Amino acid sequence: MSKSVELQDVDIYYGTFKAVEGVSLTVAKNAVTAFIGPSGCGKSTVLRTINRMHEVIPGAYVKGKVLLNGEDIYGTGVDPVNVRRTIGMVFQRPNPFPTMSIAENVLAGVRLAGERMSKSDAEAVVEESLRGANLWEEVKDRLDRPGSGLSGGQQQRLCIARAIAVKPDVLLMDEPCSALDPISTLAIEDLIRELVEDYTIVIVTHNMQQAGRVSDTTAFFNLAGVGQPGRLVESGTTSDIFSHPKEQATEDYISGRFG
Amino acid sequence: MATTTMPTRSQPSSLIGGQLPRWATPTVGASAVAAAFALNLTTGLAGWFGTAIVAALVFLVIQSIWSFRVEGRRHAVDRLATTLVYSTFVAAIVPLVSVLFTVLVKGLAVMSWAFLTDSMRNVSPRAEGGGVGHAIVGTLQQVGIAAAFAVPVGILAAIYLVEYGRGRLAKVISFFVDVMTGIPSIVAGLFIFTAFVLGLGLERSGFAAALALAILMLPVIIRTTEEMLKIVPNDLREASYALGVPKFRTILKVVLPTALAGIVTGAMLSVARVAGETAPLLLTTFLTQSYNYNPLEGPQASLPLFIWDQITSGTSASVGRAWGGALVLITIVMLFYITAKLLAARFAPKG
Ligand SMILES: Nc1ncnc2c1ncn2[C@@H]1O[C@H](COP(=O)(O)OP(=O)(O)OP(=O)(O)O)[C@@H](O)[C@H]1O
Ligand SMILES: [Mg+2]
Repeated sequence: MSKSVELQDVDIYYGTFKAVEGVSLTVAKNAVTAFIGPSGCGKSTVLRTINRMHEVIPGAYVKGKVLLNGEDIYGTGVDPVNVRRTIGMVFQRPNPFPTMSIAENVLAGVRLAGERMSKSDAEAVVEESLRGANLWEEVKDRLDRPGSGLSGGQQQRLCIARAIAVKPDVLLMDEPCSALDPISTLAIEDLIRELVEDYTIVIVTHNMQQAGRVSDTTAFFNLAGVGQPGRLVESGTTSDIFSHPKEQATEDYISGRFG
Repeated sequence: MATTTMPTRSQPSSLIGGQLPRWATPTVGASAVAAAFALNLTTGLAGWFGTAIVAALVFLVIQSIWSFRVEGRRHAVDRLATTLVYSTFVAAIVPLVSVLFTVLVKGLAVMSWAFLTDSMRNVSPRAEGGGVGHAIVGTLQQVGIAAAFAVPVGILAAIYLVEYGRGRLAKVISFFVDVMTGIPSIVAGLFIFTAFVLGLGLERSGFAAALALAILMLPVIIRTTEEMLKIVPNDLREASYALGVPKFRTILKVVLPTALAGIVTGAMLSVARVAGETAPLLLTTFLTQSYNYNPLEGPQASLPLFIWDQITSGTSASVGRAWGGALVLITIVMLFYITAKLLAARFAPKG
């Protein structure tokens, strides 16, 4: 079941450095939301805040509220491990576990969390997740081969399979195609459109065409100036943001006049 | 009409310059060796070592001159440098190989099943016979106990330093590990002697020796494990956290397996390194000529002490046994290395 995410007046810090300020944003469920904006404006930082991956960095912390279906994921007593099981993440560079086979990679989230699973259940999860990531046909004959032996695009789809194998409600993707060729990129974009049936998806991208192709909603982030925290400039349906943005900065960025 | 002559630069007419024939190097080499031998035989100067030096010098000179005349300066320098690199490599390898060769020849002279299984009980230094069985038992037990302490503690310490350690405590520990790396082995023995024998009033034993060896192993294991953990890409840790895997499970199931090959190699190398230590054993255990299977009680022999004892006895029979002991020790260390390599290959990340 996919869930909506709401950020309420979120400030994000790396130690004493305030990287992002005053972000309020609603991410609708069963929709693709794209984060766009110039480099360093805090897109990844906001994305990582949504599943508490931000806290992995020493000294980093968050002020404000992040609600998952109305429940504050930074509330007292909330276990970040549970948050991350509910909100999965796919990274910029494909990062399959090098000691594990393709099947083991898919099962990693389930197995490493210590859950026991019968062999037939495990096989079912592997097939379902790999089919979900459009990778099954390519790898079904070599599930016991190392995951690092796949091509970059296949590795990225393996990482997506791994992320959806734990059945999250929300899927965060930080520039998932930036290390891939155009064909693999299209494959992943198609996949995103399929996945949105079941998941809420947030994707960071530098590629305007990609944002236009895959997203329903777009959020534009920007920096007020060097050394200043990043801000959310505006958000809205992708067609609105791309055809008649309210802010001049958004229009400049989208039309390629800066950034 | 004025003809302007272009200033011509002397350029090679083609890309192919002068080149020494393929047979040049072997021929020059052979003649250099022949010349050196001739010199040795006619004048009787220098031994085989001097002959080798003369041959090398003759080779260098002839080759350089010839190459300079035919191929030019750049090629001559290139050949000279290549020859120097190869000969320093040979110079480094020669002592190593000759040590191994000597140990092998002299050790094999006394080697037999009886030598491996007998002890020195009731064998006088002058007499032939006797064996290293008791010393093998001692070395294996002492090194085994040392590893049983040092390997887990070292790996856990490294995990703490890399995965958890921040702030002052980690810095202090890291500093002491550095200091420990530089501890002379006899100081480790002295420390255990002071703490264990003088301090706790316990008997010297194989166990005390093992503790001294463990102290020597620790910094090696911590440092190698630390390095191995550090090169595990942070991406993998993040990928695991993002799947909702708790930190300790991430370390256990993702970080350690990825680094395992290096950690195993490091542990094995530290074992190999302390197996031949003599100084700390002198202070922590007494040598015995008999079997003692109990490291906790009574004197216990070990290969380094056995070798040392046999050499100081000084008879031809005992020196022969010392070589035999040395061969056994080197073989054990070698087996550790080979096991380390095999395990490393087995655990290495696939793909
Ligand atoms: N681990 C960190 N420690 C300290 N500061 C950081 C860290 N990661 C990012 N920052 C800072 O936070 C700000 C936002 O960075 P972030 O990575 O979120 O930008 P981004 O929009 O994702 O950029 P890009 O498009 O280049 O990926 C930058 O000023 C960056 O220098
Ligand atoms: Mg980024």
